[in-house]
Amino acid sequence: MITKKEVQHTANLARIGVTEAEIEKFQKDISSVLAYVDKLKKLDLAGVEPTSHPVKIDNVTRKDEARPWPQRLLPGFLKVKSIFNGSN
Amino acid sequence: MDLIELTIEKAHEGLVKKEFSALELTKAFLDKIKDLDKKISAFITVTPDSALSQAKKVDDLISQGRGIPILSGIPLAVKDIILIDGVKCTAASKILEDYIAPYDATVIKKLKSQGAVFLGKTNLDEFAMGASTENSAFFPTKNPHDLNRVPGGSSGGSAAAVAAGFSVYALGSDTGGSIRQPASFCGIVGLKPTYGAVSRYGLMAMASSLDQIGPMTRNVADARIVFEAIAGKDEKDSTSVEYQIPDTRYLPTGDLSKGDKIQSLRIGVPKEYFIKGMDPEVEKSVKNAIKKLELAGAKIQDISLPRNTDDALAAYYIIMPCEVSANLARYDGIKYGYSDSGAKDLMEVYLKSRKEGFGKEVRRRIIIGTYALSSGYYEAYYLQAQKVRTKIIEDFNNVFKSVDVIVVPTAPTPAFKLEEKSEDPLSMYLADIFVTAVNLAGLPALSLPCGKTASGLPIGLQIIGKQFEENKILELGEFFEKL
Repeated sequence: MITKKEVQHTANLARIGVTEAEIEKFQKDISSVLAYVDKLKKLDLAGVEPTSHPVKIDNVTRKDEARPWPQRLLPGFLKVKSIFNGSN
Repeated sequence: MDLIELTIEKAHEGLVKKEFSALELTKAFLDKIKDLDKKISAFITVTPDSALSQAKKVDDLISQGRGIPILSGIPLAVKDIILIDGVKCTAASKILEDYIAPYDATVIKKLKSQGAVFLGKTNLDEFAMGASTENSAFFPTKNPHDLNRVPGGSSGGSAAAVAAGFSVYALGSDTGGSIRQPASFCGIVGLKPTYGAVSRYGLMAMASSLDQIGPMTRNVADARIVFEAIAGKDEKDSTSVEYQIPDTRYLPTGDLSKGDKIQSLRIGVPKEYFIKGMDPEVEKSVKNAIKKLELAGAKIQDISLPRNTDDALAAYYIIMPCEVSANLARYDGIKYGYSDSGAKDLMEVYLKSRKEGFGKEVRRRIIIGTYALSSGYYEAYYLQAQKVRTKIIEDFNNVFKSVDVIVVPTAPTPAFKLEEKSEDPLSMYLADIFVTAVNLAGLPALSLPCGKTASGLPIGLQIIGKQFEENKILELGEFFEKL
């Protein structure tokens, strides 16, 4: 069971504001999810390699070369959408 | 001829033969949306102007006697988590309520190059997190087969749009069943491609090692057409792979009147996918489907995948929220969308914007993921789940030594009622019990209709293949449709 303090602390780490009432609800919800996933702790998986990616690929790189950029307006400048209203 | 019931092939044929124009076709769908979407709520945004002008362009090409690609002039709907340049893309979240996509996703670019007609953006569970489309920040979508029931999720808007006749086909995304489960609930076909087969560039990231974009269609042939159009390596997604769908046919055409049989095909049926508590009508219908395949000559083999339901779901509900917590850190109230204007310092901008911008389920998953990755819990949760993931992949590999495909139910129940599970997150998570292992292993899987309950709710059959063997599962799907 996750404590209210842990919910508050974790929410803070994740930069998510929570109200008192929400802490209570999240404590209940998250505890039930953690209780469900806790079954994995019982599996003996010593020596098994972890998988973070399902398809075998090695580091993907490309040649470090300049490519033409279609929206270049003037040498050294890029055209972007305007963010100010009105003229200019 | 009812235009809104056409498949891609038939619609293309009609356009080429000038039986109707692309404009007429597009208008038929826009009218239907106007009439009926008040009841279904499949769309967040409808884009009639750009759809009509694109249709007009296709008509011009046809009248000039030019050949058109198969998806040219064919109207589709797109899950509102895939970017279309200049069109609002909300992820069904308040935090992106007014966000306008600044570029096209690669899949959209590919469809545009064929001249596809985009009708609009469909509803989903916020940031694709859910199994019912009730987690949308805006409104729930209803199942066209029964308005009191959910369409499934998270691609529920796309599934409902195809089922209701609002579009010929749709794009969805599948992180843990989000194409297949709604396809099953709405009685349509959904393909989750092999991880890496389709570029994720321009798909808002939920869980990057699991997400894939795929087609949702009226039949398997259409799923193949759309898949072939969107697949392939993309330099903008380094996890996409070079992949040419082979032309090889594995099976005879399935014309049983000519006595065609599929003797060469070995189908694995894992006993763990027929669990206690599963809906008896779903079980019966799926077992019937397997029987039909057996009568058609397939060799049915009992297999065991002991870790692929319960343990896979548990591993998924650790790995996915961990990736979610990292991916959704970018929505900080500064770079994108909603920002709380009353905050007095930076910390408050983060806390308030993310509290008000994100819905309950999204916040819950970010907190779970942050917790599971935090110091002291990482080994027990994330690392352990990654090891389970390895075992699940090994289990699949072992089984695929003796079978060609695996056939299972897509979901343990037909569509459930609105609000039935929305207050209990764990019961909602259990709706994904048969679909998540496929994402953990990066496999392709197809859901297609295999029957209905007595009350008329669709039931889905799931065909799982080896990595990059979409061809085989699509072929078996097409064969099954003819049985």
